[in-house]
Amino acid sequence: MVNHLLDRIQGLGRSTMNSAARLGRANVFLMSVFAGLSGMLVRPGLLIKQLFSVGVQTLIIILVAGLFVGMVMALQAYYALVDFGAEDSVSVMVVLSLLRELGPVITALLFAGRAGSALTAEIGLMKATEQLSGMEMMAVNPIERVVAPRFLAGIVSMPMLAAIFSAVGVLGGYLVAVELLGLDSGAFWSQAQAKVELYEDLGNGMIKSLVFGFVVAWIAVFEGYDCIPTSEGLGQATTRTVVYSSLAILALDFVLTALMFGK
Amino acid sequence: MKNTRTLELLVGLFVAAGLAALFMLAMSVSNLASYGGDDGYVIKARFDNIGGLKVRSPVAASGVRIGRVTDIQYDLEGFEALVSMSIDPQYNVFPIDSSASILTSGLLGEQYIGIEPGAEEEFLVEGSEIDITQSALVLEQIIGQFLYSKADE
Repeated sequence: MVNHLLDRIQGLGRSTMNSAARLGRANVFLMSVFAGLSGMLVRPGLLIKQLFSVGVQTLIIILVAGLFVGMVMALQAYYALVDFGAEDSVSVMVVLSLLRELGPVITALLFAGRAGSALTAEIGLMKATEQLSGMEMMAVNPIERVVAPRFLAGIVSMPMLAAIFSAVGVLGGYLVAVELLGLDSGAFWSQAQAKVELYEDLGNGMIKSLVFGFVVAWIAVFEGYDCIPTSEGLGQATTRTVVYSSLAILALDFVLTALMFGK
Repeated sequence: MKNTRTLELLVGLFVAAGLAALFMLAMSVSNLASYGGDDGYVIKARFDNIGGLKVRSPVAASGVRIGRVTDIQYDLEGFEALVSMSIDPQYNVFPIDSSASILTSGLLGEQYIGIEPGAEEEFLVEGSEIDITQSALVLEQIIGQFLYSKADE
């Protein structure tokens, strides 16, 4: 009985230490990625290749999602506001929620699912097939050559994708509000211009997306690099990337919103 | 794998699209177009009650926006609210006896300062103070006055 209890406590201690060790490895790994970023100056081609697979290939899902989110927002905002005769404020509601919240958050969630999981799988498979050890054998630093370009590409792509998401969302909202519901197009733009602050709303939204990009890219490349090099471990690592990224995005979004707008 | 030229072309298009989206958001939905108001001149006015007036609320004359509220303080000497507003430099010929009142746009809209021009030859300049002001209408006070006047009858 006592032995059983001791086993349980030992198990708890082991999992705590494992988590702490993982967190520590993630931080050490981040530092070495930072150190590896300088290699990008010598080979900008690596970064461009990753910008293509991380950024350009995520573009389609971002465009479609942004369009529909903007259109739905406009419909719902109209439904809520028309009772008060305030349907001209539809644009304010659509634009503010897109710039402040939905743009960065939904883009980051889609980005984690589309690009983050691919990054983890790619790096993890390289590890499982011992390509990373092979590189080390040839005195090529795999972090500098493989990980750093993917990490940087994630950070650079996210704000771009979030901006495109918001812009397409606003256009979607415009289509529904003006073409479908018959609101005045001048009022649509002028209401938004009167209420939306350049730095407060657009700037903070961009900061959010930059932070999310950093976190998602970090989690994705670390999970790939740290995975157990079997097919099962690779699957788990990919799942963890999506789950951890999503949770981190939502939790960080609360913290950032409280810091930025919570006065 | 695609060849380098197509690859770089697509990445270039992606980055350009991102920047264009940012530019479009900044120009068409944010207040960037109505910025440039920082070089205006600042005038002040005292009010008994500013209601829901906030920093960055509009200042308007005949309904046209001519500036913004830049600062709101409570003045302990006169026990009044001291409101500073920045007026765009092209509107620099308001007579010194102009009056300022706090108005509401629409029934539930935001509050703004309305400037009514006076008749003097001198103009408001940087640091001038508007003497004739009218406070915001507070609904409870109006109802209270209405009830008193009814009770007197």
